[in-house]
Amino acid sequence: MIISNCKKIVGGSGEGPAIVTTQPINFLAMVDQKTGMITDPRHELHEKLLKGAVLVFPYAIGSSVGAYAIYSLREYGSAPSAVVCTRADITTASGCAIANIPVVDLPRGAPAIEQGAIARVEADAGTITVKV
Amino acid sequence: MELARDEEEALAGKKGEALASAYRILVAIGEATGASKLVPIKWAHVSGVNYNTIGDAGVQFLDRFSSTARVAVKTTVNPMGYDRDHPEGIPEKFQEKQASIVQSYERMGVTPSFTCTPYEVFDIPDKGAPVSFAESNAAVFSNSLLGLMTNKESALSALASSVTGKAPLSDLRLEEARSPKVGIEADFKFESELDYGLLGYFAGKAVKESSVAFSGIARPSTIEAKALSAAIGTSGSCGMFTIGQGRGEKISFTRKEAKAAMDELSTAQDGDVITLGSPQLGMNELDLLAKLTEGKKFTKRCMIFCSRAIHGQAAKVGLTGRLERSGAEFMCDSCTCFTPYVTKEKYDSVVSNSVKGTYYMNNFNKVKVALKDIRTIAKEYAE
Repeated sequence: MIISNCKKIVGGSGEGPAIVTTQPINFLAMVDQKTGMITDPRHELHEKLLKGAVLVFPYAIGSSVGAYAIYSLREYGSAPSAVVCTRADITTASGCAIANIPVVDLPRGAPAIEQGAIARVEADAGTITVKV
Repeated sequence: MELARDEEEALAGKKGEALASAYRILVAIGEATGASKLVPIKWAHVSGVNYNTIGDAGVQFLDRFSSTARVAVKTTVNPMGYDRDHPEGIPEKFQEKQASIVQSYERMGVTPSFTCTPYEVFDIPDKGAPVSFAESNAAVFSNSLLGLMTNKESALSALASSVTGKAPLSDLRLEEARSPKVGIEADFKFESELDYGLLGYFAGKAVKESSVAFSGIARPSTIEAKALSAAIGTSGSCGMFTIGQGRGEKISFTRKEAKAAMDELSTAQDGDVITLGSPQLGMNELDLLAKLTEGKKFTKRCMIFCSRAIHGQAAKVGLTGRLERSGAEFMCDSCTCFTPYVTKEKYDSVVSNSVKGTYYMNNFNKVKVALKDIRTIAKEYAE
């Protein structure tokens, strides 16, 4: 499956297993920066690892310092390989811009990406290729 | 987003690595918020000062960035981790890393304000002035009560705006987004700043848009507006509120929703220490607290977090002395959120009136919190 017409937020490409949530993420309070694990027991991605994954989520919430948390993930080698948002926000965009993590916004009405499916994000072309 | 020729050149690295990074950030947030262009700003307020928030990666980033980057516009900064006049109990490593961060910001030419309430310390630009505020309570307060125009910036996007003097023309910098399309109606009488905090926490979660209209509540006092602004900023992405009927969808906020927020946040009945601040206390909160505790003594350790500027003002009129006679301790330049003063090794639980502080105590410091309004705290813990 190819999802085209995604909006490039941060250029580049990345591939990995999709970890998918409809819940926003507070990168500072909910993510262990060293391991990339989601630590909030109330979040549906609890104990999932961002490292090497294609993170599919709506947008970031909470502290403005979340942008540094994304950068820290990169420095610890625990960052996602690409990020897909339904509505990219300033924290995600700025953190990923500095961490060189490609980010795209999904087009309206895009098909769902299955949990665990291998996805490849080509931000400059605006496409996501999902292997089924 | 269209860039001017000099902006394109800076993005391409012709004005150095730091400015290239800054423009890379501005382009990314401009695309994310659907901006047409960059506009000059009057003021940047940068977060990411406390070592507990940005960690070693942040220390290194700022050290490198500040070797060439300089502020292009008035830039104030958020609280750091601790009060350098009260280093007791702060690990040496923390102090060293914190010093490095402060040095990096000072090298860039920021005003060393160390406050999350710049709106209580500095002259406010004219209504409608575009600014770039990262600290979320400051962004929400300034949009909602002062008529400044800022998006809910991130630590890095405000830094990018600081060194370029520009920010994307989008979202809350345009009138369209500042007119709420969703409203929240409270159906019970608010009794304290805590009720406003709970409303804010609920609103942040419930509202996906950039602004929200609140109805059924009295126009908040400064203390209440600070609690409301800080709480909205904590739980969601909404960056502005108005008081009155909004257009479109209406969500109701009843005692049931307030209790649900309270049940989630307040994880203890009582605490070992009281922390007041987040946002840092202003003159009217210090005045209120001094009145509430006049002639009494706190029965627990009570830390008051405020900016050094407010502390100076309060000292001049004798307020700090009155509060210290009640046993309160002042911690300047720092705040409840992410403070290294409160660790789970030292304390099982804290008492606070701050929804924002409580959220981060629970989730970051991993310390339980008894959330109570300021009058109740004075009543229960000062004799």
